[in-house]
This record gives sequence, structure tokens and C-alpha cells, in this order.
Amino acid sequence: MKIIVAIKQVPVRDSTLRIDSSGKWIDEDDLSYEINEPDAYALEEALQLKEKHDGEVIAVLAGPERGSQTIREALAKGADRAIHIECDDLASLDTLGVASRLAAAIKDEKADLILTGLQSDDLGLGQTGVVLAELLGIPHATIIMQVEAGDGSIKVKRELEDGWFQHVQMPLPALLTIQSGISKLRYATLMGIKKAKTKEVRRIAAGDLPQAATPTVTLARIYLPEKKKETQMIEGSPNEAAAKLVEKLKFEVRVI
Amino acid sequence: MSGVLVILEHKGGSYNRMSWEALAAGQQIAVASGQPLSAAVLVSNEGGSDLESFTGEFANKKLDKGYRVEHALLKDYTADGYISALEQFIKKIDPSFIVFPHTYQVRDFAPRLAARFGQVLLADLVGLRKEGDSFVFVRQLFQGKLNADYRHTGSGPCFVSVQAGAFRAESLEAGSASVEAFAPELDATAIRSKPEAPFREAAQTVDLSSAPIIVSVGRGIKEQDNLPMVEELAAALGGELAASRPICDNGWLPMERQVGSSGQTVSPKLYLAVGISGAIQHLVGMKGSKTVVAINKDENAPIFEVADYGIVGDLFEVVPALTEAVKKAKGA
Repeated sequence: MKIIVAIKQVPVRDSTLRIDSSGKWIDEDDLSYEINEPDAYALEEALQLKEKHDGEVIAVLAGPERGSQTIREALAKGADRAIHIECDDLASLDTLGVASRLAAAIKDEKADLILTGLQSDDLGLGQTGVVLAELLGIPHATIIMQVEAGDGSIKVKRELEDGWFQHVQMPLPALLTIQSGISKLRYATLMGIKKAKTKEVRRIAAGDLPQAATPTVTLARIYLPEKKKETQMIEGSPNEAAAKLVEKLKFEVRVI
Repeated sequence: MSGVLVILEHKGGSYNRMSWEALAAGQQIAVASGQPLSAAVLVSNEGGSDLESFTGEFANKKLDKGYRVEHALLKDYTADGYISALEQFIKKIDPSFIVFPHTYQVRDFAPRLAARFGQVLLADLVGLRKEGDSFVFVRQLFQGKLNADYRHTGSGPCFVSVQAGAFRAESLEAGSASVEAFAPELDATAIRSKPEAPFREAAQTVDLSSAPIIVSVGRGIKEQDNLPMVEELAAALGGELAASRPICDNGWLPMERQVGSSGQTVSPKLYLAVGISGAIQHLVGMKGSKTVVAINKDENAPIFEVADYGIVGDLFEVVPALTEAVKKAKGA
């Protein structure tokens, strides 16, 4: 089974975000980056499927040079090889632009299965995978909790709202977006880290891929959200704050 | 290309309440742009006469037109079936805006439908407004830490989906609309996925929805071994213990104690969020709480957006202090 996992690099969770001088994106200078969390689960699922059914796992990432760190980590965890679409202009593309690059870079691989996380922690659009499936002309399913691979087809467990689930069967090749937390993430072993250095990373310059279409949606400005609710911030040492809060709970909220 | 089209969602004939919020957003766009408003629902036409009463519910809203997109192959949701049916329907009525509720189902098919028109879905909107000749669409970035204004610059129809709770269904105006049927051509062999009936896992034994006090814990707790500290606070307050998704994913608490879009929706008198940053998936499950208290080390955490009272601090210091203070106040 040949599996491609599309991964994205995003600022580490809990980063302090500052808006840059253009007002259109965050200041990236002092940030550290990591694999987008749902994509880490997509990679894990791919590695587990490979362990069960044999085959190959190929990680694909679009992004600037710093993305090679995230690629190395994926290789160290067990991906067999990787494709790095090198580009500095991701922020100026819309989903169709990003998905077209991914599609162009992987279509000749003729993978059986393409996995990606259900959404990114930065933009949170949750649609790159779905649009990629459209561009490749293959079926897809989203928010997947479980994958059982059969002969030429797969059966997946989709998460619906409010604690409901559904099994869906579809032919391969197919694309799935994976939900976070569906299994335990593995750590890279020392051996894995060593081996990663010898694994193939195919670098593709974005300029060598077909030109992306003009974006149909554009980000005009980013800003801190305005507070809709009046929040009473309670100050003081932990003991003081606790005592003040208890007063509020007693006399204003009336739950004590 | 003219008009605003809202796609309503239902399950087995009962409407998802987010459908009405999407309709409220559609009304707002229609009024601001001076364009007519229509709404459509996808149904199987195997039911016969039931269809009339089913569409009645949206025919009494203020709409210029209602549509029933009907075909036997639309009985169960499939991305291929819905996309093909809506592609044909949208081409026929040629709207400028198509509005969806941002449900899990919409997330599954709407991006692909938009791509078929060479467009990108503006997903999960929290607001919109008209500026000059065009609209500004507001969505959240970085799990709610930042907002972004987007504009639709494509030449095709503009596809948007709206976040749960962002538009008020109560503001919908009543009216009457004629409902017309549209029969798309669908081919069973072109529907590649075979869905089975939805199911729930083990029966839920914890009903958080009726708890008056909930103490909820998130990633900030760091380790499973730290949970008893929060349990003690819940016990002191006489409340139920709940959690955000990562805690349940890790198996630290059972799934049935999860609050959020994939867990339970709660509206207690007091919701005390400990170490929860407040990703939208969590907020939709607890926004209706009467009073929200948040304890978090990050003063910019989105949970403070919905909190009535907030303490910025180290939960490992604040929570034990709070437990003691509650016990003291209760005279225990």
C-alpha cells in the first residue's frame, strides 16, 4: 500500500503571536515551528497502516526551508521518503492554490491512499485535503477516527456531531482527513533519527509546478478579536484571587 | 448571477438548528446587497407526501423562494451525491452567494463543491459586513487567538459557511415562500462511497447537560496524575467533572465527560474552565453556560472571550487555593 501524508508546519502551540507590520500575517521571526497536530495523527495512521499491510509512506510538505525540520522528524518516525515543495509564498495563496501545488507534486506517485489532518492549527480552514481529492478526482471522507484497509477498498469510521459515528466504505485510491487523538503518537527512535539522514527528500521548486490560479479569496487584515463579553479579571496572589472568586461565586453567581 | 442561496441541513426530517443561523446570515447578506433570498433542502423523494410538511417549516420564513432538491439517491448523505445535486442546482439558479451552516457534513462536501466552481469556501465565519461594494467576511485564525478579515475576489459565486452561534436564529423574520422542486440527474454508479447507518458508542451514563455546576479541565493540567487536584475542586463545589477533547483523547477521562462539538453541549449555572484555552470546538459546547469562570496562564487565551470571571495564573497554585477557599466558605 502506497500512502502519501500531506503535512503542514505551524507555529508551536502556545506561541505568543504578534501581528506583523503589513497587518496581514503574524511576525514569524521569533517563532518556533512544529508539525500541525492533526497531521501528526495522519502520519501516525499511515505508519500503522504500513505496519499492517506493508508498502511505503511518503510525506509531502509545502513551505519554506524551515519545513525541512518537520520533514526530517516525519522521516525519523518512519516515513520512507519525502517531497518538499519549496515556497515562501504560502500566505498569498488560497486553498485552491495550495492544493493545486500538492496535487501537481504527487499525482505521478499514484498513491493508494492520501492522508492529512482534518484542519490546520493556524488557518483552520479544514479544506485542503477535500479540495486535493477533488483535484485528483478521487473519493474522500473527513474527520476519520479509524481506517480498515481491504482489497482495493477501505472502510472508515467518520465522526459526526454530538457523539455519533458512521462507517463508510469507498474504493481506493481515496483521500481521508484524520481526526486528532485517534491513536497514540510514536516518538522517533535514535535509530530512526539516524536512518532519516539517508532517506530521500525530493525538492520541488514551486516555480517548476504549474502556475497557481489567481486567489479567489484574499486575507485583508488580521487583528485581535474584540471582546464581546465583559470579563471581570480577578487579580492578586493565588490565595487572594481564590478568596475573591469565592465571594463572587457566593454573592453574584450564588452557587455556594 | 444574482441572489443569496442558503442550504439547510436536516437529519431524517428534523432540521439542524444551525440551518436557521445560516438562514439568518443569508438574510443579512440579502438585505445588505439588495438581492433576493432563497433556501434549499436536499431530500429523498421516496417519502411522497411527507415532503410537503417537511418543507413547510422553511416556507414560513421570510424568503423569496424555497427549493426542494429531491432525488432517491439523496436519502443518505454522500459527498458525491450532494455535490453533484448541488452543482446542477446552483448552475440552474445561478446565485451570487451560497451560505451553509458550518456542520461536520458541510465540512465534508462544501469545499469540494466550491472547488468545482473554481472557488474557495470561506469557512466557519463568525461575522460579515458590507464595506463599499463588497463584503468583508470575518473568520478566526490560530484557534480563535486572532481574527481575520477576508474578501471574496473570485469572479464566480461566493461560498461561505457560518460558525455555530455566530448568527442569531431568533432574528429570523417570518413570512411565506413558495417551495419548488428541483430534480437533479444522479447516477448511482457515480456515488463512490457507501455509508452505513450512524451509531453511538456505549450508552452515556453521565449526563452533563443537567449538571448545575461543571468544573472542566484541559491541556493545561499537563499530566493525568494532576487530575485529582481538579476533581477535588469539583467535589468541593458539588459539581461534575468534565474535560476538553485532548484530555479524553489521552484516555485520562472517559469520552462521556467531554464537552464540545464532538462531545456534550452543556449550559450549567457555573462552568469553571481550568487550563482550557478555548478552541472553538470546545466553546460551542459550553457557550450557553450562565456563568463562565476561566483559570488560565495565557491572558490571551480565547476562553477569556466567553468568561464572566477570569484568573490569569498558574492553575497548580490557583486551583488548590480555590478548593480550600470553597471548603472554608461552605464551612466544611
